[in-house]
Amino acid sequence: MTSSPSDEPEYDLAVIGAGAAGLAGAVTAAELGLSVALLDTAAHPGGQFYRHPAPALGATRPEALHHDWSTFDELRRRLADSDARYLAGHHVWTVVRTEPRRDRWEVHAATGADGNGERPVRVRARAVLLATGAYERQLPFPGWTLPGVVGAGGAQAMLKSGLVLPGRRVVVAGSGPLLLAVAASLATAGARVPAVVEASGYLGYARHPRALAADVHKLAEAAVHGTALLRHRVRLRTRSAVTQVHGADRVEAVTVSRLDRDWRPVPGTGRRIACDALAVGHGLVPQLELATGLGCATRRTQDGTSALDLDADQQTSVPGIWAAGETGGVGGVRLACVEGELAGVAIAARLRERPALTAGGRVRALRRRRDRMRAFAAVMAAAHAPGPGWSRWLDDATDVCRCEEVTAGRIREAVTDYGARDARTVKLLTRAGMGWCQGRMCGTAVACLVGEGQGAQLPPSPERRPLAVPVRLEMLAALAETAARENPPSKAPQPPG
Amino acid sequence: MRNPPDLIVVGAGVVGAACAYYAARAGLTVTVIDRGSVAGGTTGAGEGNLLVSDKEPGPELELALFSAELWRELAEVLPPRIEYEAKGGLVVASDGQAMAALRDFAARQAQHGVSTETVPGERLRELEPHLAPDLMGGVHYPQDAQVQPALAAAHLLRAAGDRLQLRLGEEVTAILTGPSGEVRGVRTSTGELHAPYVVNAAGSWGGELARLAGVELPVLPRRGFVLVTEPLPRVVRRKVYAADYVADVASDSAALQTSAVVEGTPAGPVLIGASRERVGFDRSLSVEALRRLAGQAVRLFPVLATVRALRTYAGFRPYLPDHLPAIGPDPRRPGLLHACGHEGAGIGLAPATGRIIAESLTDGQLPLDIAPFRPDRFGGGEAR
Repeated sequence: MTSSPSDEPEYDLAVIGAGAAGLAGAVTAAELGLSVALLDTAAHPGGQFYRHPAPALGATRPEALHHDWSTFDELRRRLADSDARYLAGHHVWTVVRTEPRRDRWEVHAATGADGNGERPVRVRARAVLLATGAYERQLPFPGWTLPGVVGAGGAQAMLKSGLVLPGRRVVVAGSGPLLLAVAASLATAGARVPAVVEASGYLGYARHPRALAADVHKLAEAAVHGTALLRHRVRLRTRSAVTQVHGADRVEAVTVSRLDRDWRPVPGTGRRIACDALAVGHGLVPQLELATGLGCATRRTQDGTSALDLDADQQTSVPGIWAAGETGGVGGVRLACVEGELAGVAIAARLRERPALTAGGRVRALRRRRDRMRAFAAVMAAAHAPGPGWSRWLDDATDVCRCEEVTAGRIREAVTDYGARDARTVKLLTRAGMGWCQGRMCGTAVACLVGEGQGAQLPPSPERRPLAVPVRLEMLAALAETAARENPPSKAPQPPG
Repeated sequence: MRNPPDLIVVGAGVVGAACAYYAARAGLTVTVIDRGSVAGGTTGAGEGNLLVSDKEPGPELELALFSAELWRELAEVLPPRIEYEAKGGLVVASDGQAMAALRDFAARQAQHGVSTETVPGERLRELEPHLAPDLMGGVHYPQDAQVQPALAAAHLLRAAGDRLQLRLGEEVTAILTGPSGEVRGVRTSTGELHAPYVVNAAGSWGGELARLAGVELPVLPRRGFVLVTEPLPRVVRRKVYAADYVADVASDSAALQTSAVVEGTPAGPVLIGASRERVGFDRSLSVEALRRLAGQAVRLFPVLATVRALRTYAGFRPYLPDHLPAIGPDPRRPGLLHACGHEGAGIGLAPATGRIIAESLTDGQLPLDIAPFRPDRFGGGEAR
């Protein structure tokens, strides 16, 4: 089966995202008897974490770059054995209520985006599970647009899916636990990693011994990465940041500076490190477009991002819309699996009116594990939260929005001289965030620069992006007409009286 | 501390900015208060249409023609970053019946000062090379223009100079009145500010502000979606729309209506908008509105079929029951003036509105008869 009809039958549950959380949710719900559609943009399941080479690359051991590969194998097998309908290559651009009876959900996707046969697909369902994951947070600095600067997560994705390295001598920088994993992967795959540059200290963790002790797996993981780094003689510099990239056409070196507690560079501490690539990232940001489009409530996480506000059963503030994994706050693959399963059970209990499903020992145990891992994730987020002084890295000439080439100076001017008080108004006045990435790349930076002028906090809620992905106009035009709320407009202007 | 201003303008959208600009130019000191940012409401969700083409002869057309002149003057004074473009509009008809109605409509507009030029079908593509080939004809309106609304508002405020004080992120919670009911100033989240005049430029929320002053002004929101494409080289030169748009603008129906106005922007994206429907302050996405906007745009410009929409946004156009704005002093509450309810035409009508407000405050010569815009024309809600 290669094609899907443009109008799918109605399902009990539509799961969006076939990473760990979505897979776990879909197979759990299907095994409990729900009809399930699982939509994902990629050609094969796995999401970001279980990203693996296309079969054509002939990788003999894709699991070599992954821990927990057996969990993924198991989820894939259960998916194949289930009745869940897996819709690969489906780019979901919005989820709305059905009209005029607002008791169902309509998931709108585009398929065939890679070729010419782009078509609209509409999936109707009684419940929706959002498992849309996260994307990497970038904080700009002078030189960050130079070729050879890649996202840390991007570098790992390149390695996992194509087995390619971003360079031969790669500095890994930014903040967050992902950096250690990325550096270990790069070193194992043969790159020299002269330094891992981490902006926070690791002391933040020590303040929460109980949360740490409760997640033994995470500690073991860190130990594994640590050992790999030692073996490859990779140096970890904490409380430091790459504050400048050097090179004419591509990266030749970086300057690493010490940071004070607020992440302000300490003058005179800059040291140059030669390299031909820089993999940089500042943690992950939950991908919430579909959720905020539906009006789901969000909460601020410890590291200044927004995540969905969820109840004990993984339901959002909008009844019928559920979420699992990074959408509820970045917490890693094992948490995603637990939350996916919890959501699957809870949705089945709700739709089949079988509350007993969520009363068993398994669900109690899952909830305990989730709460433990969430507590750990909160400690981690707090430890790596960007300090307020990071924007001092930026000179006024640094491009902050790369799509529209808007500099830090223009953004500061919009705030101080033209009355912008939030990222949205900065966007209207400067075009920062209006380009292809729709602010995913520069959103954090713009919000921080706005705050710089008035000592304000980041905005309480993320910006709404009603189109989660770009959509061709002909595809929008080809959507089935909705019978609701309409009067055909008259053909000609109405001469008055 | 500064002295109290002569005038408080509530609302830092384009209408409030224009009121502040013309008042300051007339020598008054002005404080503009907004609970959000500059251009944070309807102004930031607009397309920047400065249209005369869609208006039938009557008071709104007079206002629009006067405003079009003022925009031309402002374009000389304000920096080019406001992206003012005197690009002209092109209204097209798909069949003979629509063309006949359009020609008739244009003829009546022409009697009231609108420049119009009928364009036969075969000449349409000289004006717009990418238009669909099968259209019956159209009317070219050289007075239609475009501006980037948020930048226009920001630069109007800046051009007001030292006489203006801007207070953002501050919400007006009460209108202060004196012993005989006259306006004395406002109370905000941070304290009281005194002034003998308060201008209601609160846009979609103008009805609420009027209520704070104890008067009724039935401003209602009308939701509009705009689709924004990826950046393109100039494929659309003017503001192009189908003749149906005129009927939609004047409509009283609550149902969803769309007739896409398609236009390019200096930054590259093509804007397609806007739908109109009365659903209260509901921002949830209407897939049906997008379907129609996209369909109509592609029918006009087939080349847009494979172009991607990057985003869409909804805004609320404030309107009054007779689809005319409320402009000028409110006889029910001395010292209160209104400048709101411009529906989808606020960007275009802002300068004329600002001039009227400034002239009313300085006993100057009113540029046109403002009786049709009287804020108390709907009756009810007398000052207590």
